[in-house]
Amino acid sequence: MFIIVGILILIGLAFNLLGAISLYRFPDVYTRLHGATKCTTFGTLFTMFAVVAYALGRLVMTGEARFGVLIIHSAIAAFVLLITNATGAHALARAAHRSGILPARAVVDRLEEYDEIRAKREGAQA
Amino acid sequence: MTIMIFLFAATVVALLAIGVVGRLAAGPTVPDRAVALDTMNTFVISLMMVFAAVYDSVVMVDIAIVYAALSFVGTMFFARFIEGEV
Repeated sequence: MFIIVGILILIGLAFNLLGAISLYRFPDVYTRLHGATKCTTFGTLFTMFAVVAYALGRLVMTGEARFGVLIIHSAIAAFVLLITNATGAHALARAAHRSGILPARAVVDRLEEYDEIRAKREGAQA
Repeated sequence: MTIMIFLFAATVVALLAIGVVGRLAAGPTVPDRAVALDTMNTFVISLMMVFAAVYDSVVMVDIAIVYAALSFVGTMFFARFIEGEV
């Protein structure tokens, strides 16, 4: 149990550290969002796996029911975290693009052109 | 002995959550600050999960679930505000 929990915690801490570093080393908001969201989601997921492994070991050793409850609630927390982090990051990137922020060293904005073409086509159909 | 691993993890994650404050204060644009706040919320959720293992309390995990949902609502509100629809 010690070795398994230690390995899982080390993986989680490494990815959390990479996520925190990516906030400082990337040049613009999109790359920062990419690095921070993916790395911290993965790292927090592995921290939860470590808690689940610890609770599973205690459940096998002692047989108390509250460790089973801890495992189930950790699974629910992982599910909630996976959904909310991805959705929030997508909403932030969309908002950043709509407010006119371009990536660093960008020269064209194909998404903006595509939106204009689609709006024109929908206007012609209506 | 396993508790010591979780205490070490709690220390590192708390220091990371404090370290993100630099981007929160110095971010050039508003979405940068929102990204830093989102990252900090994820670190706090991770910290709560570790504390649930340290103190053997399921309540910490429940609080972490509610914190994740509330931080999602906050992030969506920030996104709508940056878009200019609020």
